[in-house]
Amino acid sequence: MRSRYPFLFCGLTIAAHLALAQGTSMVLPKTVEAGNAFSIQSTGSGKATLYIMGPGQVLKREIQLGVTTQILGGSLYNAGHYLAFLSGDSSTESNSFDVVPATKPANLSFLAKPSRLSVGLHDGITGTAYVFDTYHNLLAAPTPVSFELSNPSGTVQKRIVVTHDGAAWAAMDSTAQQGIDRFVARIGEVSSTRVVGQVPGDPCGLKMNARQSGRLVQLVTDPVRDCSGNAVLDGTVVTFTETYKGNQSTIDEPLKHGIAEVEISAHSGATFSIASGVVMGNQIRWEK
Amino acid sequence: MLRSPFTLFIFSAACAIIGSAQATVVVEPSSLQGPRPLQEQTAAGAIRDYLQSWKDLRAAMEQNRPDVLDSTFVGTAKDKLTETIQQQAKLGIHTSYQDRAHDIQIVFYSPEGLSIELTDKVEYDVQIADRGWVKTIQHVSARYVIVLTPAEVRWRVRVFQAVSE
Repeated sequence: MRSRYPFLFCGLTIAAHLALAQGTSMVLPKTVEAGNAFSIQSTGSGKATLYIMGPGQVLKREIQLGVTTQILGGSLYNAGHYLAFLSGDSSTESNSFDVVPATKPANLSFLAKPSRLSVGLHDGITGTAYVFDTYHNLLAAPTPVSFELSNPSGTVQKRIVVTHDGAAWAAMDSTAQQGIDRFVARIGEVSSTRVVGQVPGDPCGLKMNARQSGRLVQLVTDPVRDCSGNAVLDGTVVTFTETYKGNQSTIDEPLKHGIAEVEISAHSGATFSIASGVVMGNQIRWEK
Repeated sequence: MLRSPFTLFIFSAACAIIGSAQATVVVEPSSLQGPRPLQEQTAAGAIRDYLQSWKDLRAAMEQNRPDVLDSTFVGTAKDKLTETIQQQAKLGIHTSYQDRAHDIQIVFYSPEGLSIELTDKVEYDVQIADRGWVKTIQHVSARYVIVLTPAEVRWRVRVFQAVSE
């Protein structure tokens, strides 16, 4: 609007200021807690319009100069910097004040990552919390936030972090045991929970056995576990490799019920090896 | 206040350039809490999108059009500004927020990379018009806390709040 008619607006502004007269003043608090009632005392006489303006909220009241104007509780609740502007028939007055967040935290915005990760990772889980009051104003004042990661076995990691400009973060280790962990951020009675799935890590001590099965050789792994003893997830691919006279043939087989097994044609003098990802297992030399 | 023809002349001249002047921008070295390093390109993108949000804020408040906020604001910030615009429209008020100077510092980059928080000691002019009559232009200095979160192709302002110094 103003960008279309800058000169008109400026002219009107000048006219408004020309109309100034002395004798009106306004007293108001420098800070008001969000949602609280407060009053504005004006001097002078006659009627005027009171504007309370900020990016977060706008109020307009027709008031009587010289009388205390009450702004009721719940009227102004979005934190921020506000201008109070009084426009009378022959006078104007302006002032400013801050609406600060309510002191009591009422909401937490909690981000936790990742939602699924391997066991045994140092600082593998991170959480970030932003603290808000009941009107969703960011509580910029330092506030202690408790971060707590617990797993089904009862292991609990806890950190208390004081917010800085409304934000706090913590890093947690994933534990040695697979399962569903609960990651909780809490301030007093306000809490927010995220679920973090801890899954087994890479196979550890991968081992297979070989036995004759008719004209073939059957290769079967021992139950595949990670280094913490958790059963590696079914579907994890295990690669069997046969090396014979310089030629290699491989078979990829997913784990089923914790083991992998294949049957391959046997050549006396062949070497079988096993791997999963970058993890190598044992080797077997087959002699009929 | 305006008290002489000479002052009026100066004020008119100043009004004539409202809207054309670019805000000065100072970016302080980051003072990050958190383990995640902030790449220069990421910081530049966040600040660029934040500064754009002031342009959109100005246009939205001037025209009382909350839809102008869509590309740069999201969540709580967008809800609150939208509510303000609706209040303005209901009361017949238009405002103009012209940023003049920014002193920006990035203070937090969350470990998972899903939010950036910055502070801005900003100076701006607020013009208030009621039913087409400009009531006042006020110069404001305030410290803002801003939280940005990533969207498809840009950072969007999720928290936009002036805080007491």
